[in-house]
Amino acid sequence: MKRHLISAADLTRDDAVLILDTAEEMARVADRPIKKLPTLRGLTVVNLFFEDSTRTRISFEAAAKRLSADVINFSAKGSSVSKGESLKDTALTLEAMGADAVVIRHHASGAPYRLATSGWIDSAVVNAGDGTHEHPTQALLDAFTMRRRLVGRDAGLGKDLNGRRITIVGDVLHSRVARSNVHLLHTLGAQVTLVAPPTLVPIGVETWPCEVSYSLDDVLPKSDAVMMLRVQRERMNAAFFPTEREYSRRYGLDGDRMAKMPEHAIVMHPGPMNRGMEITAQVADSDRCTAVEQVANGVSTRMAVLYLLLGGSEPAVTTTPAATRTEESK
Amino acid sequence: MSKILIRGAKVLGGEAQDVLIDGETIAEVGRNLSAEGATVIEAEGQVLLPGLVDLHTHLREPGREDSETVLTGTRAAASGGYTAVFAMANTFPVADTAGVVEQVWRLGKESGYCDVQPIGAVTVGLEGKQLSELGAMHESAARVTVFSDDGKCVDDAVIMRRALEYVKAFGGVVAQHAQEPRLTEGAQMNEGIVSAELGLGGWPAVAEESIIARDVLLAEHVGSRVHICHLSTAGSVEIVRWAKARGIDVTAEVTPHHLLLTEELVRSYNAVYKVNPPLRTERDVLALREALADGTIDIVATDHAPHPHEDKDCEWAAAAMGMVGLETALSVVQQTMVETGLLDWAGVAERMSFAPARIGSLDNHGRPVSAGEPANLTLVDTSYRGVVDPAHFASRSRNTPYEGRELPGRVTHTFLRGRATVVDGKLA
Repeated sequence: MKRHLISAADLTRDDAVLILDTAEEMARVADRPIKKLPTLRGLTVVNLFFEDSTRTRISFEAAAKRLSADVINFSAKGSSVSKGESLKDTALTLEAMGADAVVIRHHASGAPYRLATSGWIDSAVVNAGDGTHEHPTQALLDAFTMRRRLVGRDAGLGKDLNGRRITIVGDVLHSRVARSNVHLLHTLGAQVTLVAPPTLVPIGVETWPCEVSYSLDDVLPKSDAVMMLRVQRERMNAAFFPTEREYSRRYGLDGDRMAKMPEHAIVMHPGPMNRGMEITAQVADSDRCTAVEQVANGVSTRMAVLYLLLGGSEPAVTTTPAATRTEESK
Repeated sequence: MSKILIRGAKVLGGEAQDVLIDGETIAEVGRNLSAEGATVIEAEGQVLLPGLVDLHTHLREPGREDSETVLTGTRAAASGGYTAVFAMANTFPVADTAGVVEQVWRLGKESGYCDVQPIGAVTVGLEGKQLSELGAMHESAARVTVFSDDGKCVDDAVIMRRALEYVKAFGGVVAQHAQEPRLTEGAQMNEGIVSAELGLGGWPAVAEESIIARDVLLAEHVGSRVHICHLSTAGSVEIVRWAKARGIDVTAEVTPHHLLLTEELVRSYNAVYKVNPPLRTERDVLALREALADGTIDIVATDHAPHPHEDKDCEWAAAAMGMVGLETALSVVQQTMVETGLLDWAGVAERMSFAPARIGSLDNHGRPVSAGEPANLTLVDTSYRGVVDPAHFASRSRNTPYEGRELPGRVTHTFLRGRATVVDGKLA
């Protein structure tokens, strides 16, 4: 039984399918008049956010509350963290307050791993995004969305994404969403292609279980899902690309490009979208775009993760040491 | 001062001989020397080396006495078999004036555990803009001959050129911390497969190699000598090898940790492995060992960089860069170079004593173990095997990457001008 969810690479295929199946059960709760389960009553979930992310925070908050957990939101802004309190001291404080799970968002890659392995706290740790490393629950909710759309809500139960062709487009270099998705989608049997200008692909990507292409137009007709990553306009100042316009022209998804995708293919976006940059309004507002659905699915998926880590009796989320993890992924 | 007879030690790893110390000097080296009036140290099976010399130590004083002082740092040095260390200039205030280098020099004199030779900053405040008063530091009581902005690269090509030229007037040398600053903005670890996976900012090999290439060409152009600090990549080795073949007056150092550890350790996100330049790949490690063996890299220097616990017990990005190294250097060299057959003990003496003293123009260290020479000596029990326990360190800091690791060899005695600073593995 794993105690933490730090990296999507820690999940086996069966772990991941169990989380997705559990998330489907949780989604049904949302259809009830009273959207609440008593499962985590009396347990405390702390949302420890060192980095602003209202969307992810409220998603975790809603998930924990629907499971009847007590929720404490701890934001770096306006707390002692901004006065130089260390991660360690913050962790010890939360432990003393009796946190059963800590959902951590941190600007430093590896901070959740340190929190889970340093012996500072006993609680379960859920990585809600660390630096440019990973964002495993985002990958899970993305996989959940893909399975629903591409395989089917009921037909998908117990199934993975075997053979589906997933294209991830944009700032892979700085994206924790891309890293987690590559691991998880590979585990679930999908074929992943990353598309980006060479400046936004990390050195060392050749060992990742995916393909890399510099041409969006070549890949679109062979995609079952196209995930557009947010591209920060500021990247242009560091010469990752010449101008916003050029980026949009080469790597943005507009109506014409969307028309090149197979009819069943979906467009995904982890949000928040830069309309006019990586995605046009026409695409963002089309039926094929699942951005809003992803938000709803995020709550169900995070409920599943919290449930399996804190209350679930079946082995779900296991902990493999980092070293083993990487050997497997090579 | 009394006489000391070291009996039966393998001098530089060679034949067992007796070495008689009288006062501050080696009186005699030979077989069956008379022990009359001397304290005898039975050293059968042990290796006797010239006192080790570290060209690259951070003693932190003045300014960061919470991590190390000249006293604690020199105690650590003696424990590790060193009789002289060069103290880097990145203190607070920076050692960029005669006043600061003289302060460090005086603190070294007072410590008594090993000689401290201050390094002067190349530029004021290590800012790379204006040359420090290099001549004044050289003419001070500290007699500075090595200049370095270590921690920062002298990245402006004109400033570097001028520094290389200027110190020729008094036989000085510039020791370059080769790191192109723009290529390493936000750098957290070696750029490659592991950084891609871990999502940590990359420190590409080319950022080191491009500066080394530039600086050896500058040294050639102005006819100066240049020293390269903590060389860490296979590509850097090739450039230095090329430069030496071309006759360029370049010397280079490698740290013990770059001879043993790789970037794979960063997967733990344990900041004890965070260091600058970063741990590289297995391929780099093997190239560095080979280069140290064939003389392309001249010396081992520790880059001993003490940091308080709280600066390491945190998330990776917030942690300080650096590792302590004085007390484990010789053991790491024994494991990576001697036990692999790449170097014999005479080779170790060359790279950890003779050559660093020569590069730093330190006349009374790095001398042969023979009659009439200063009695700066290190006795090593090479058969010892032990697990590194930082609780036993003399250094004020504990940020060693070797905690819990078994390493060979132990310094049993260190002599500084005939006076034992370490006896039976303990500070005297």
